[in-house]
Amino acid sequence: MTRYVMQRILGMLAVMFTVVTIVFIIVRVAPGDPAAVMLGPDATAADIAGLRSRLGLDQSLPTQYVLFLGQLLRGDLGQSIFLNMPVLSALAERAEPTFFLTLFSILIASAIALPVGILSAYKRGSLFDQVATTFAMFAASIPSFWLGLILIQVFAVRYGWMPASGYGGPDASFLERLRHLVLPALALGIVSSALITRFTRASMLDVLNDDYVRTARSKGMGEWGVVMKHAFKNALIPVLTVVGLTAALLISGAVVTETVFSLPGIGNLVVSAVLRRDYPVIQGALLVIAALYVLINFLIDMLYLAIDPRVRY
Amino acid sequence: MAASSAPAGRPRLASLILQRKTLLIGLIVLTIIALLAILAPLIAPYSPSRLSVVNRLKPPSERWFFGTDEFGRDVFSRTIYAGQLSLLVGAAATVLAAVLGITLGLMAGFFRKLDGVIARIIDAMMAFPDILLAISLVAALGPSLATVIVALGIVYAPRLARIVRASTLIIRELPYVEAARALGVPTWKIMTRHVLRNLVSPILVQATFIFAYAMLAEASLSFLGVGVSPEIPTWGTMIAGGRQYIGQADWMMLFPGAAIVLTVLSLQLVGDGLRDLLDPRLRKDL
Repeated sequence: MTRYVMQRILGMLAVMFTVVTIVFIIVRVAPGDPAAVMLGPDATAADIAGLRSRLGLDQSLPTQYVLFLGQLLRGDLGQSIFLNMPVLSALAERAEPTFFLTLFSILIASAIALPVGILSAYKRGSLFDQVATTFAMFAASIPSFWLGLILIQVFAVRYGWMPASGYGGPDASFLERLRHLVLPALALGIVSSALITRFTRASMLDVLNDDYVRTARSKGMGEWGVVMKHAFKNALIPVLTVVGLTAALLISGAVVTETVFSLPGIGNLVVSAVLRRDYPVIQGALLVIAALYVLINFLIDMLYLAIDPRVRY
Repeated sequence: MAASSAPAGRPRLASLILQRKTLLIGLIVLTIIALLAILAPLIAPYSPSRLSVVNRLKPPSERWFFGTDEFGRDVFSRTIYAGQLSLLVGAAATVLAAVLGITLGLMAGFFRKLDGVIARIIDAMMAFPDILLAISLVAALGPSLATVIVALGIVYAPRLARIVRASTLIIRELPYVEAARALGVPTWKIMTRHVLRNLVSPILVQATFIFAYAMLAEASLSFLGVGVSPEIPTWGTMIAGGRQYIGQADWMMLFPGAAIVLTVLSLQLVGDGLRDLLDPRLRKDL
């Protein structure tokens, strides 16, 4: 098992190394001079030369790459051009809304998807199953930003129950800040629940016909016990995978949703960085988010080892 | 003659499609949407760019089916015209993703020396959230219709590459491939004739889903203002434009959004139906 864990860690590092290389290439493929693009049309030649030197763009590509790797190994993601602060600090400052938005979205998605998926599989072919399956497909087709706008229209503009945007200002209490996350988390959670519902249903269908489920029933065990103790526990592994992956995918959804709700999170930071061509921020955000995704994948694999005695490497 | 030479009792494609309700509904809705978009110049009651300031922000009525926007432009006409571009971006990105993904997947599956590198690149590419990677690529390449297509093609290629690679690794060991190799059939011919031909079904199914994802991603990019120019009507730019008029002219963002939902839903129905039709083993009740 230790060997497997070591192999997975090495594999994770290899993927991260490739991720770093891809990010380096993406930022360098920009046509023209990135320094000139970042500074805009009014910049003087001296300004451009200064920025090129600051970003190391006046060096050869291999030298830039080595410098970039060295910088990353020191935990330095560079300096934001427009915010005039280290990229890592900019990302850290914006992490709270993104973290809580992702957390609440995944909680809402699971709260919808798990019971619906379980019941849908249990009552396969019933009206409930058909409605649930249709809902899952429908939810997967909704752009989260559009759903966000509809929620704003209904709950903020029409009824005034929830704030339409922002994160409550600098002096807002923690609860007030969380209140600002209700609508964005609902928008992301409903859309994400589609995938989890489909996987929970499929995974439950796989195990509901297994011998041990039949044995549990023949022993006279109650239906609740059969479904939750025997079937769902065993269906949990693929479901956990998809919940974990959805958490990682939610970061992508957060990019758009944070813009809709003007939440000062990492997604919003990335979009403004793209609009201002603040390449160090784009580069840093890509690296941090990809690293999180790789880490979540790794943790899910480790979770398999912990919860399923059948999984042995 | 062709029909009589088919094995007795073998159902024809049309009847197989007719038997599958979801596939049929998906195909019908998708065809209607595509026809509305293609025939927009004939169907649209007004030009999508015709300004009429006196008629600004008019609610849906017999005269303006979907109402008018802040410049008095007809939202119905703009919605069906926008469909042209949204569908074009989705289709072109899917074709590009298919070309890149199939090539990478076949090479990784067929040439052991390349497999390690390509598989690592596929894994790394899939570590980026799709929208984030797409907006970063568009930022690097400069926003335009072409770069949006290229960016989305690159973003979704690894999904196909992974499927093609996994299947190629299995197929390349099968006796008929070994036999073809022994007979001296060139590698490229084995790859296209013997391997790729067997992968048409999973590729087609995955491509349908990629089409749907690409349309959602294009709408997101346009909404964020990092995709095509805001002046060009796509469903995403229309929703972005309607955002400032929530509570005042909700129809501006409701109808283009509904068009996205309908199109993506019908693509998913077609994808599910095709999976069921072409390879029932892949279905797994998802």
